[in-house]
Amino acid sequence: MTTLAFPDVAWLPLLPLMVIGATALLVLVADLFSEGPDYDALGWLGLIGLIVAAVCAALLWNQSGSTLAGTLVLDRYGLFFTILFAVGSGLTLLLSMNYLETTDIRSGDYYTLLLFSTVGMVLMATSVDLIVIFLGLEVMSIAAYALAGIWRTQVRSNEAALKYFILGAFASGFLLLGIALLFGASGETLLPRIGEVAATGTGEQRLLVTIGAALLLVGFGFKVAAAPFHSWAPDVYEGAPTAVTAFMAAGIKAAAFAAFVRVFVDSLGPLAGDWRGALWILAVLTMTVGNVSALVQRNIKRLLAYSSIAHAGYLLVGMVAGGENGNAAVLFYLAVYTFMTVGAFAVVIALGRRGQPHEDLDDWAGVGLRSPFLGFAMTVFMLSLAGVPPLAGFMGKFYLFSAALEAGYVWLTVIAVVNSLVSVYYYVGVLVKMYMAEGGVEAEATSARPYLFAALVATLAGTFLLGLFPTPWFEIARRSVESLI
Amino acid sequence: MTTVPASWYVVLGILLFTIGALGVLVRRNLIIVFMAIELMLNAVNLVFVAFARQQQAMDGQVMVFFVMTVAAAEAAVGLAIILAVFRNRETVNADEVNLLRW
Repeated sequence: MTTLAFPDVAWLPLLPLMVIGATALLVLVADLFSEGPDYDALGWLGLIGLIVAAVCAALLWNQSGSTLAGTLVLDRYGLFFTILFAVGSGLTLLLSMNYLETTDIRSGDYYTLLLFSTVGMVLMATSVDLIVIFLGLEVMSIAAYALAGIWRTQVRSNEAALKYFILGAFASGFLLLGIALLFGASGETLLPRIGEVAATGTGEQRLLVTIGAALLLVGFGFKVAAAPFHSWAPDVYEGAPTAVTAFMAAGIKAAAFAAFVRVFVDSLGPLAGDWRGALWILAVLTMTVGNVSALVQRNIKRLLAYSSIAHAGYLLVGMVAGGENGNAAVLFYLAVYTFMTVGAFAVVIALGRRGQPHEDLDDWAGVGLRSPFLGFAMTVFMLSLAGVPPLAGFMGKFYLFSAALEAGYVWLTVIAVVNSLVSVYYYVGVLVKMYMAEGGVEAEATSARPYLFAALVATLAGTFLLGLFPTPWFEIARRSVESLI
Repeated sequence: MTTVPASWYVVLGILLFTIGALGVLVRRNLIIVFMAIELMLNAVNLVFVAFARQQQAMDGQVMVFFVMTVAAAEAAVGLAIILAVFRNRETVNADEVNLLRW
């Protein structure tokens, strides 16, 4: 009998990744045997897979190691994000199960794509090799392009997918050229080795690394929707199916930040003096453009898109601050942001009906009084996004801004605080509309949509939990970035 | 046989990349825009191969295979999206795809 050599691979670090990947394949196959139009079973299957992956990641918390020629690592940073992505995608799945009934998206592929996108996100967060980070980014993005356009009969969904695709691929080009230049400087794609060259290289090598870093900044800037690379975000968020928008705002943004922080801190840390200044400008621009543009929006999804841009700005403040506290604050805020933004989009979905998305703010008039639970949920999410204590958003901003202050960025902190005050205006504007205006639409009872109700309860619980008891969670975030520095 | 420094190939690659990037920004036909994106990716491939030769490191050559695969996957999804737009709007002109503000 012919035998073949079996490669010696450490499987443990790959466990969460393989669980999600296997689930995605399982859903793909199960889709063949499921008769529409009810695809809830596929959603459940995906949900179970994500929960198992999150549990696996939690069990690996005290382990460390690397696999596949050192390209994938098992560290707390990667595990933190694995769990966060599983939670974010899980919440999106819950949203989707009721949302898809109100759309013409009649295909189980939706769940498969969502899970494959999650696989890409986990790859991005757990890899220390630029090739694998790029692959993860593309696995995530290509699935997301298809998700944005999955409502094929709706022109707005087509357009959103088109814009997302063109600008996403454009950004990938810049990212890739940046990777090429870093490779040219060091002859390596592993982040730690590139870091050595950045620290001790010759003048020519350092020049290549600096230009490469600038191109990476552009590429990641596009992906996290930082100004001036944000112009795609409002259009795409508005046009994409709402559940997919929630996924983009929470999951994809977090994944882009995971790779962004890992590459810039782990590998380009020695150049921090150079890129901190650029990030400072980017952070101020992003916060200001996001918040000021949000002031005049009449469409709730567009408003939340600009709010999402502004939040990318706050996260950049944490990256500028750097150090253990700054990076831990970024991680903590990403977790907080996942709950509050998915929650806000859940309320948007709850208000929509078949053929009537009700995304115009005028439709929201009086909803708070007619549907007390939806009103309460939206109040919590809006106040949390605005940063009102004792909700999670406040604690997240508190950690971010105090890290910036500690690091000596007084002006940046002042601008960030002013920005968050400006943001209160439009967040409270939504609430004023919901409680003090008349003539909007009637929302369907949440009890008729059990999955959506579950997602709302989970995001509300997360928003309160991280706000009222932030210390243990921040401690987890701090432990997660220890492996980075 | 004439020989040239590897850096010439890098410069050529970056020039091609710039042409591609300008094409994305300037051209309005979506198919052409898409071709310009492909040009950007392939320009980077050239840079990778040139650096791999210069550094005597195979990683760059391997990267090219990954980029080609990714480009193929992107082409499949991208063309499908353009087709979906065409079916609903009967246009592939970026200026006419304006339901959402660009």
